[in-house]
Amino acid sequence: MKINYCDTLVVGGGLAGLRAAIVARQRGLNVKVISLVPVKRSHSAAAQGGMQASLGNSNKAEGDNEDVHFIDTVKGSDWGCDQRVARMFAQTAPKAIRQLAHWGVPWSRVKEGDKTAVIDTKKVTITETKEAHGLINSRDFGGTKKWRTCYTADGTGHSMLYGVANKALGEDVDIEDRKELISLIVENGICYGGVVRDLISGELSAYVAKGTLIATGGYGRLYRVTTNAVICDGSAHATVMEAGGTLGNMEAVQFHPTPIVPSGILLTEGCRGDGGVLRDADGYRFMPDYEPEKKDLASRDVVSRRMLEHIAKGKGVDSPYGKHLWLDISILGREHVEKNLRDIQDIAMSFNGIDPADENGKGWMPVRPAQHYSMGGIRTKETGELTTLKGAYSCGESACWDLHGFNRLGGNSVGEAIVSGMIVGEYLADYCENSDINISTASIESHIKKQKDYLQSILDRPKGESAHELKKEMQDVMDAKVGVFRNGPHLEEAVRELEDILKRSNNISVEGSKSLTSANPGLDSAYRVHKMIKVALTVAKGALDRTESRGAHTREDFPKRDDEKWLKRTITSWANENDTLPTVSYEDLDVNTMEIPPSYRGYGKKGLIIDHPDTWERKEVVSRIKEQLIADGSDRYAIQDALMPYELPSNYKERNRRLGDSGDE
Amino acid sequence: MSREITISVFKFDPRDKASKPEFVDYKMQEDPGMSLFIALNKIRETLDDDLSFDFVCRAGICGSCAMIVNGKPTLACKTLTSQFKDGHIKLMPMPSFELIKDLSVNTGKWMDGMSKRVESWIHSSKEMDYTKLEDKVEPDVAQEVFELDRCIECGICVAGCGTKAVNENFVGAVGLNRVARFQIDPNDERTDADFYELVGDDDGIFGCMSLMGCEDNCPKDLPLQNRIAYMRNKLIQVGKQK
Ligand SMILES: Cc1cc2nc3c(=O)[nH]c(=O)nc-3n(C[C@H](O)[C@H](O)[C@H](O)COP(=O)(O)OP(=O)(O)OC[C@H]3O[C@@H](n4cnc5c(N)ncnc54)[C@H](O)[C@@H]3O)c2cc1C
Ligand code: SF4
Ligand code: FES
Repeated sequence: MKINYCDTLVVGGGLAGLRAAIVARQRGLNVKVISLVPVKRSHSAAAQGGMQASLGNSNKAEGDNEDVHFIDTVKGSDWGCDQRVARMFAQTAPKAIRQLAHWGVPWSRVKEGDKTAVIDTKKVTITETKEAHGLINSRDFGGTKKWRTCYTADGTGHSMLYGVANKALGEDVDIEDRKELISLIVENGICYGGVVRDLISGELSAYVAKGTLIATGGYGRLYRVTTNAVICDGSAHATVMEAGGTLGNMEAVQFHPTPIVPSGILLTEGCRGDGGVLRDADGYRFMPDYEPEKKDLASRDVVSRRMLEHIAKGKGVDSPYGKHLWLDISILGREHVEKNLRDIQDIAMSFNGIDPADENGKGWMPVRPAQHYSMGGIRTKETGELTTLKGAYSCGESACWDLHGFNRLGGNSVGEAIVSGMIVGEYLADYCENSDINISTASIESHIKKQKDYLQSILDRPKGESAHELKKEMQDVMDAKVGVFRNGPHLEEAVRELEDILKRSNNISVEGSKSLTSANPGLDSAYRVHKMIKVALTVAKGALDRTESRGAHTREDFPKRDDEKWLKRTITSWANENDTLPTVSYEDLDVNTMEIPPSYRGYGKKGLIIDHPDTWERKEVVSRIKEQLIADGSDRYAIQDALMPYELPSNYKERNRRLGDSGDE
Repeated sequence: MSREITISVFKFDPRDKASKPEFVDYKMQEDPGMSLFIALNKIRETLDDDLSFDFVCRAGICGSCAMIVNGKPTLACKTLTSQFKDGHIKLMPMPSFELIKDLSVNTGKWMDGMSKRVESWIHSSKEMDYTKLEDKVEPDVAQEVFELDRCIECGICVAGCGTKAVNENFVGAVGLNRVARFQIDPNDERTDADFYELVGDDDGIFGCMSLMGCEDNCPKDLPLQNRIAYMRNKLIQVGKQK
């Protein structure tokens, strides 16, 4: 049996995995990256809108800094995130984006002088200064105080991924694609890499490493209607649970307001950020009625709910694929659409035959909310290491590092992928430099053999269940009962039905090829679907047990955010191989260490919050510390440090300089 | 009323000694708005779970799904079945790339080789301090770089290339476009002479016979011929001085 050795194994070649791999390589480690697909085809390529970083270069970004970014992120998360992680992120993001610029990501740049923008359907003139000319530009995105989202037209993810992948090639990072991690190798509670299946030859081999990073992306394909790529199936999350890792807040699933109907392909938030608006069956712009302040650019979870509410009021547009609403970007003018939203135009034309620049309602695009982002994921510490498995790390969308809590802001996830790659990459490299491989060849071989026997048993099974059929049933349950609006009875049904589907998945058989030594798509689906159903159960069970509404998790039967009972993170694990339900436990969030104690998020009616008993006391402490330090003449850095100290590796904690800074502060 | 369509697919597993190249016909009812992504998955789910093909984003963004559709290299996910009036669609894997199985070819491996050959990364000796303001870039220059950066390495320009058909080592429009992209990037310190070392020969910039198979089919509408001509002129200047 084949065994490959390296210092660091990185599973996943999206932005997160590649960025971390570059760190490890630059630290002199022997790194291997494996990926299901050629890394430049990873789902990161699909990000359209942009990455948030508080550079504060453009007119509408003036006054931005990491404090403002931090506050937006915490509010966006509905106080569900880890605030120290949010600080780590906001502080590193400007450095990350400047570094990417140097690596060749062609960020759109500020142009001196007047330009017209559409704000609130009205044309306004924005004037950029001479000093800002040529610096990185930013656009408006939902849920942010400043225009903070840096972009390359609507191909941001693509440009970032190519920039990072090309850099990895230049650093001679060893990348192998069409390789799938199917189990982790764990001995004495320490992870030493994994068993990997070659998707071309079918061969199973071991990739043994001192430290292992899981950066496998989200689990959107648990739903049928999703913006996610077909490989975002979450099966690696099950693999992690099977090895003793845990998952955090799996019920925190984001639904994007504007995927196009019926394909579910995303139309970026940049459409509304640039001034586009939502309209109903009467062509009426309805969002200002619900959210007078933020209107079409309220946070994603809010807009998604408002859209479904509006459809429920009978204002949806009928279509063979169910009711939908319209997204109108024709008001931005053809020139803007063809320059800044070209991929959107291409999608609408190719898949719907609509040219969104066409005026008089002809260019309106049919949209309806669909699954988009996985806030939950593999639970880690601040360093990225799994809380229950030494030597295993996770970052990017696959992780619950917990930057996003119960709702992540647009532009914060490619940001997270890069920034967590930088930070977790450093901690992982520290670990790899200081540890050894303590596992025998015999033990490694037994890990490979176990997987081989398992796959063979699926192939040997005479006619049983169809993986495709079970996947369809699972997705139907998730779409219908674990979607935007949730309630107890539906969730109970969902858990029961998924449990039944899981039991049936022990009997999946493969119709076509019985070969273990060549590409075998039938076999791929067979073992992946079984894992996916387990992950679906963690989402449904977490949602059922969480009897409150927070961020994207909306319980019709529990409309309040209940800080008293639910200021905690759901932790799910798979205790025994033969269990048919996940084990659920909780991790408390500590109000007394929060820099911003829980508060009203700014949407909908006030009074929908049940306070945590410590909230008001913490508010008092925070304001006392602030007042005192301000009186002492302390700067914002000192105040921050007094309220919630945090650490960062490398030089990431150094102050970010901005336009107008004196330079020596 | 939906119509019945026939999708005729090339099937072959080069790793299986018993496998022989053949076309297999699959018949199905056409759904409204059906793309080849939907159709091929329907085949896999209901008719043949052993059919290999590659989709990732299914939105024309990732470059995974290029294949030969009725004789033309194109992105399958962006191809609607309704455009074939007689309801017959013939699918073949792209030539020029290693066949994995059926419609799946190893474009990733080829593109990796190309990227290493043209050293597809920024060459910069500058020590940067990322706590400081980024270097300024003219907005129009950034936009121009982005235009050429939009290539998704789908391989269509390689499959459609007449030069590549006769010269195995030709770097392809994708490779020459990549060189042009770095040539105009202000972060890259390489000179035209450096690029000449990489592609200044008949396997590179002087190999292109301007047959237009690349630009006509590029799903990103990249100005390939224009960029190739631009690079050729640049590198001829270098050649003259040698
Ligand atoms: C349509 C769309 C638009 C978006 N737009 C934005 C945006 O504008 N701004 C923003 O901030 N965010 C956006 N996002 C979110 C953002 O793109 C992702 O969260 C982010 O790119 C995830 O990066 P990643 O590296 O964690 O994962 P991915 O890019 O998904 O990479 C996962 C990697 O893991 C590999 N992999 C998976 N499983 C295995 C396995 N078992 N074995 C081996 N390899 C495996 C895959 O091959 C892949 O290389 C968007 C998302 C979507 C769906
Ligand atoms: S240049 Fe065009 S056709 Fe060639 S690989 Fe790039 S996107 Fe595809
Ligand atoms: S599947 Fe991504 S381009 Fe077709």
